[in-house]
Amino acid sequence: MGLDIRWPIGLMFSLVGLLLTLFGLCTRGDAEMYQRSLDININLIWGIILLLFGAFMIIMALRKKPDPDALKSK
Amino acid sequence: MHVQLAWPDYFILLAYTGFVIGIGFALRKYLKSSSDFLTSGRSIPTWVTGLAFISANLGALELVGMAASGAKYGIATSHFYWVGAIPAMVFLAIFMMPFYYGSKARSVPEYLKMRFDERVRALNSIAFAVMTVFASGISMNALAKLLNQLLGWNYHVALWICSGVVLVYVLKGGLTSAIYTEVLQFFMIVLGFAPVVYLGLKDVGGWGAMNQALQGVAVDPAALHLKEAGTTYAGNAWSSAWQPLLAGPAHNPMGVDWFAMVFGLGFVLSFGYWCTNFLVVQRAMAARNMTAARNTPLVAAVPKMLFPALVIVPGMIAVALTSMPGKNYRIPPPIIGDEVYTRAAEVVKTAGALEAPAAFEAVREAMGKKMDPAKVAALIQDAGHLSEGQIKDGLYEAVAEYDYDGVILSLVKKYCPTGLLGLALTALLASFMSGMAGNVTAFNTVWTYDLYQAYIAPKKSDQHYFWMGQAATVVGILVSIGAAYFASMYNNAMDIIQLVFGFVNAPLFATFLLGMFWARCTGTGAFLGLFGGIGGSALFHACTTAVSNLDASGRVVNGMKGGYLGVVQSFPSEMAQNFWLAGFAFVVCFTLTLVISLVTRRTKTNEELKGLVYSLTPKIKDEGAPWYLRPAVVGTALIVGCVILNIIFW
Repeated sequence: MGLDIRWPIGLMFSLVGLLLTLFGLCTRGDAEMYQRSLDININLIWGIILLLFGAFMIIMALRKKPDPDALKSK
Repeated sequence: MHVQLAWPDYFILLAYTGFVIGIGFALRKYLKSSSDFLTSGRSIPTWVTGLAFISANLGALELVGMAASGAKYGIATSHFYWVGAIPAMVFLAIFMMPFYYGSKARSVPEYLKMRFDERVRALNSIAFAVMTVFASGISMNALAKLLNQLLGWNYHVALWICSGVVLVYVLKGGLTSAIYTEVLQFFMIVLGFAPVVYLGLKDVGGWGAMNQALQGVAVDPAALHLKEAGTTYAGNAWSSAWQPLLAGPAHNPMGVDWFAMVFGLGFVLSFGYWCTNFLVVQRAMAARNMTAARNTPLVAAVPKMLFPALVIVPGMIAVALTSMPGKNYRIPPPIIGDEVYTRAAEVVKTAGALEAPAAFEAVREAMGKKMDPAKVAALIQDAGHLSEGQIKDGLYEAVAEYDYDGVILSLVKKYCPTGLLGLALTALLASFMSGMAGNVTAFNTVWTYDLYQAYIAPKKSDQHYFWMGQAATVVGILVSIGAAYFASMYNNAMDIIQLVFGFVNAPLFATFLLGMFWARCTGTGAFLGLFGGIGGSALFHACTTAVSNLDASGRVVNGMKGGYLGVVQSFPSEMAQNFWLAGFAFVVCFTLTLVISLVTRRTKTNEELKGLVYSLTPKIKDEGAPWYLRPAVVGTALIVGCVILNIIFW
């Protein structure tokens, strides 16, 4: 099929990760809010992890070699 | 008590929804025929079908239910993965996929038609079609209820919007779209719940501290109202996977013996589900070639093996936290309306004048639930200087019953600040949608090819079946919504329906096993054997029950749970009854199929069975392929990994 699923996955997690990272940065001083998450700024940390995952997926999609099976069938 | 969502939470929810719908629209232009829509035209790479395979299985009920079981039974719940899934998935990959994929069948019932005859196909496809829409409805009802309780969302709106999203992307992109979004959902579920598990484990003091707390719970589970008063287990009942099981049904919270676990769950139920259920097998059938199809369940087995960390550990964390007074957490009680709390608070305020036992009884009656006497007494004593809200909180704490299905969401509520909350909720919705899309895509294929094309309107144009597949998608979702409403109104009727599905499914694997490995097995044998197995399981259920459903004099209290024809055998728990039932149904179906096949004439020649039966099919030669593409090698490695996990958590 023509769509490489790594694109939407990469884009979505990059977008969500970016939002969480920025939100985490903006709420850095908010001790009350992060009491829930044991005084860890989990938004910032997890946002960065999601961003890295999203970027990894996009890189994998960009590096894609032409698919031998697909070429054969065409 | 509702959790408030803020804009970042909504943003994440909307971003996810936008992407899944976008995938549906992006794939629309590739759909040209009914097989593109219903079977993906067999064109998808292995890692995608593999993750979709596991994601379709990982519905919302799985997440919610496994966390609940983790709380009720501890780490032994992992047996549903390590005993009850991995071996069957490896077996499917190595031995069964060659027939499913090689026969060019478009569905599991169609394979049955090729191997046996129309009768077996009709029986299987009708049962499967009905079952998928009901299963989907049950899970939709459960989710809409949870969203209603946690977020205060309107039940109907939650139900229709979630179904609407699934409808749009399945209708636009067909099976390919369902499979692609399932991969996205897989990552969403893992990445959405992992931080919650991490925070929970950290809060409870790490793995060691959690197990220590669980040891205390195991010795006296009645202190937390987890079991009847007087029950006691060895310290490792919640934290060891095998030792309590080997010690016997009285020594583990599941109330199950190891034989029922290994034979009933690990062999009959597990192989019956993973090797014959079209919902999962369909994902492997959509792979681009035989190697990819065979490797699909193997790719899926890797995350499946590790999922207990994500879905069972939260339940264990919840029990450990509940046992730690300083953590200010309890497994949520059953949902009770605010008016009940208000009324009970009044009773608490006036109960001080009564004698202690009468006061407790009055409060218990007002709440309508089992209550903790010590907590109620303390509350009554302090009632004079507590506010109404504080009394209500005290009552909430004092309810001595649990709604285990609320475990996962209560942890999300406890640990997730705005932002992460949106992510975790999106993960829950993703699991729900992946399960539902799985059901719908399996349903529309079986309906279109195995019922509509086979019996109602054969020999129409492909465009006609394409249209019918789309219509079946819409109708399937509408019927599921109807089933969800039905489940919300008639809970008992739904239990009966699920019970009957259990009877139908239990013997299924015997038919496939004989059919695939014994050329002499006949259609009549398979058909009657299946019926016999279904009847056998119904009879077994009618003659047995769980001890908990018997009163002191040995009479059956709850008629739904079996024993309606008298109790020949009672089991320590319903789970044990269920496992033994499956084992019994399998043996009945196997024996009947065997005997009837021997006395009936074969209707299919060896030539016709080529590619459908093991001994008549040329073996696939893959010696030249790299090891990681050879299912036998990878499968063996997975089994070894699974054994190692069992030893670690022995």
